[in-house]
Amino acid sequence: MNNKLIVSPSPHVHSGDSIEKNMYGVLIALIPAFLVAIYVFRLDALIITALSVLFCVGFEYLIARFILKTEPSVFDGSAIITGVLLAFNVPSNLPVWILALGALFSIGVVKMSFGGLGNNIFNPAIAGRIFLLISFPAQMTTWPTPSVGSTTDAVTSATVLSNLRFNPDSLPAIKDMFLGFEGGSIGEMSALALLLGLAYLLWKKIITWHIPVSIILSVALFTGILFIFNPIPMFNPLIHLFSGGLMLGAIFMATDYVTSPMTKSGMLIYGVGIGLITVSIRLWGAYPEGVSFAILLMNAFTPLINNYTTPKRFGEVVKNG
Amino acid sequence: MLKTFRIGGIHPKENKFSAGKAIQPIAIPAQVIIPLTQHIGAPCQPVVKKGDKVKVGTLIGKTVGFVSANIHSSVSGTVLKIDKALDVSGYKRDAVFIQVEGDQWEEKIDCSETLIKECTLSSKEIIDKISEAGVVGMGGATFPTHVKLIPPPGTKAETLIVNAVECEPYLTSDHQLMMERTEEILVGTTILMKAINVDKAVIGIENNKKDAISKFTTTAKSYPGITIQPLKVQYPQGGEKQLIDAVVRRQVPSGALPISVGVVVQNVGTAFAVYEAVQKNKPLVERIVTVTGKDVKNPCNVLARVGIPVNNLIDIAGGLPETTGKIVCGGPMMGKAIASVEIPVTKGTSGILIIPTFESKRDRMKDCIRCTKCIHVCPMGLNPTLLMTLTEYSEWDRAEKGRITDCIECGSCSYTCPSDRPLLDYIRLGKGKVMGNIRARKN
Repeated sequence: MNNKLIVSPSPHVHSGDSIEKNMYGVLIALIPAFLVAIYVFRLDALIITALSVLFCVGFEYLIARFILKTEPSVFDGSAIITGVLLAFNVPSNLPVWILALGALFSIGVVKMSFGGLGNNIFNPAIAGRIFLLISFPAQMTTWPTPSVGSTTDAVTSATVLSNLRFNPDSLPAIKDMFLGFEGGSIGEMSALALLLGLAYLLWKKIITWHIPVSIILSVALFTGILFIFNPIPMFNPLIHLFSGGLMLGAIFMATDYVTSPMTKSGMLIYGVGIGLITVSIRLWGAYPEGVSFAILLMNAFTPLINNYTTPKRFGEVVKNG
Repeated sequence: MLKTFRIGGIHPKENKFSAGKAIQPIAIPAQVIIPLTQHIGAPCQPVVKKGDKVKVGTLIGKTVGFVSANIHSSVSGTVLKIDKALDVSGYKRDAVFIQVEGDQWEEKIDCSETLIKECTLSSKEIIDKISEAGVVGMGGATFPTHVKLIPPPGTKAETLIVNAVECEPYLTSDHQLMMERTEEILVGTTILMKAINVDKAVIGIENNKKDAISKFTTTAKSYPGITIQPLKVQYPQGGEKQLIDAVVRRQVPSGALPISVGVVVQNVGTAFAVYEAVQKNKPLVERIVTVTGKDVKNPCNVLARVGIPVNNLIDIAGGLPETTGKIVCGGPMMGKAIASVEIPVTKGTSGILIIPTFESKRDRMKDCIRCTKCIHVCPMGLNPTLLMTLTEYSEWDRAEKGRITDCIECGSCSYTCPSDRPLLDYIRLGKGKVMGNIRARKN
């Protein structure tokens, strides 16, 4: 009989939750969007996503092992998620070498050089997308025509938002945008698929409703108020909600644990900030799409928000509440 | 309608393997070791010496100062020595070693099983009897009961809450006591109500003890002023502050006592001990201990005298399993792991939990990923990951502002953390340091 007893402080039981469970949960939530992407963009979507994951995981492993000389933990799932989200943010016809540069920037500069998982200030996938957008504007804004739902024979076509900017009266079918048949990046296609992912994330308690709902509501309200005074397609709240990277951004990118605030009130401030900045850029800024920049800007505010917000304290409701 | 506390909480697996197992006795060994510290407050002063003869109920340790509790012999026999013995704290502290001879009880103690409902004593007389009998909080905290029953000047109690929640997984000692000694508990509750001059008492029971809720609801009908409140199965429902929030929807402010919101909380085992002390003149010398664990052959609820080594109880439960890695006194969330099976049962030993080796070791700690789950589950509304980081960097002022002293050490944060960070370990460390700083400032 082994007489040695293990002695350690309480608690003596653990929920079994792990970084992997949460990360792989996010990947599962991305499956509907991925299936739509394959349906719309065929093999290209599969190749871009697979390569992006390969590059991200590969770069993280190499940097951890050979440059930082630490224990690589590439299978905790976070590099895989960065790979998938980066792929979902680019056109499916993006040249592979540009994708590789994006992955190197996302993982190497934005994540690893700040200290790896848990220590980065900016969302790696978002920062990677913006890096590519600014460095390779032509390749990053030339969208292949989706294989379904399109009535033209064109090889490339504009996204709804860029269309709206240059042809302010064009009115895409909301149904098509919701289900996923308009041009854009791989992951921006189907709001329905992304919302299914949101339901899964909420059910599994991987994220809470605060960030996605505050972003969506602030976009809807801001554009809704403008739409009431001037009902042009440019101000249509539904178009704003279902186009561009809004759903993808609100559900999967802004909710990144590391770069979003820690308190519920902080999350709401963050979400409203993203919503307002997104709409402002879309309506009055130089780019037709504003979600990426909005998230990046609010990432910068996260430490400040964390400093000035606290969780609801026990005892603040002193007497009978 | 199920009430619950409003902030945070978790729901670990209940694993109540010993539920429904009737309370069983255990033989008294040849020697018992009774520690002189079995309560919060100053250790007792021994009032016996080597060679003295004692009976069950003889005073062997006297209170020192206001916050302290008497200790009585749980056996009859001869005092062997007063010496240092390893106890549940992990330290060797003063204890009375007694050689057991027979099982003779002090004359004044009524050993019969008859229920005595009437109590004509005044509030002060009741509190004096409780104090004499060395009754302490039986939920595990072991706070001297008579101290809790004397409200500080300027405060007044409105409600008594009896904590029959037993929210820790695995433990069933309170549950079994409730099923087998229902009326005694209700009489004890009535006595406590008299002691603090209230006419309302609420017994809070977690909803996984439906048989107890039903039995109490029926039986309490003949006891005026006592209502039964079923509560949601959520940890830490039995935490004093959480229970008060759930039952009367008032949150005790930071740094204040429950009496500041007009409430006194007592564990259901304490209510029973009060009954025995006041109606039967019986001091606190024994308690029900749950012996349990995933690989334990015979999980059970044992009525054990104080001073019996934990080893004897493990034997009754089928012996120490081969897979044993850790033995915990108490529940899995807040209990203390012990280094030896020779340590004695004390007034606060609510359970002995045997944990298999593979569950006894912690995984390697990783960086905080700011998932905010610890914040989400903290029942006191704190930011555990921030408090851990502040402690790591010795930022005591910021930790104090971050309300580190509000932490009730329930363990929900460490339980939840996906990065396996030892949040509670650091918070305990920080808490001690900050409380020391606060005391130093006052002086």
